[in-house]
Amino acid sequence: MAFMTDRKRATGMGSAKEGTHHFWSMTVSAIALAILMPLFVFDFGPILGASYAEVQAHFASPYSAILTALTLIVGFTHFKMGAQTMIEDYVQGTARKLTIIAVILISYAAMATGLFALVRMAL
Amino acid sequence: MADVNRGKRPLSPHLTIYRPQLTSITSIFTRITGNAMLLAALMIVWWLLAAATGPEYYAFASSVITSWPGDIIMTLSLWALWYHFCTGLRHLYWDTGRGFEIKQAERMAIMVIAGSFILTLLTLILI
Repeated sequence: MAFMTDRKRATGMGSAKEGTHHFWSMTVSAIALAILMPLFVFDFGPILGASYAEVQAHFASPYSAILTALTLIVGFTHFKMGAQTMIEDYVQGTARKLTIIAVILISYAAMATGLFALVRMAL
Repeated sequence: MADVNRGKRPLSPHLTIYRPQLTSITSIFTRITGNAMLLAALMIVWWLLAAATGPEYYAFASSVITSWPGDIIMTLSLWALWYHFCTGLRHLYWDTGRGFEIKQAERMAIMVIAGSFILTLLTLILI
């Protein structure tokens, strides 16, 4: 007597193993970025080309520091997954795996570097 | 044997035989703009790191990012950002199961193109 439903037994048995998580993550990060990016553009734009002291004062403000941190985290997460989809469409075999790994590593490295810089200026 | 010819099976013509359409062109530009923004994103991260390092290094990074090649990259990326923003909203609307009628889809393509340029101009004027 099996208490498992047919749907549950079939889950994960397809060649792709799972399907909707990537799509859902892209949807969530897209909505987050739709809010963050307009705010970030108008926060970051005016400070581009400003003096060193102005930039330090700018990122000492919690609003700018948190907004920039969120934009970095969500932006690079969204990029990492979107670029993966592109690579899966155009690159085959081992090169595909290596390119996807490289994109993921670059994304996390950029995220960490940006966050370190923000922490240093904000605190 | 089913897999004798694996990987060498003929592919029916697709991209090469279609006339470019508003819907297909705006779609591929979503991908191009989204991935091209990596360059500007890495430049901004580098600029942040420079700002956290010290005045001399910041001055160098700032001069690179506001040089004329830097300005071109940042301006094109600003357009790419707004374009990707508009098509992203279009995707979210499509995800609700709406907007697939050809007339509607083509109208949305024009809205996306117009929106990206209007938002870019507005940003450049306001900043």
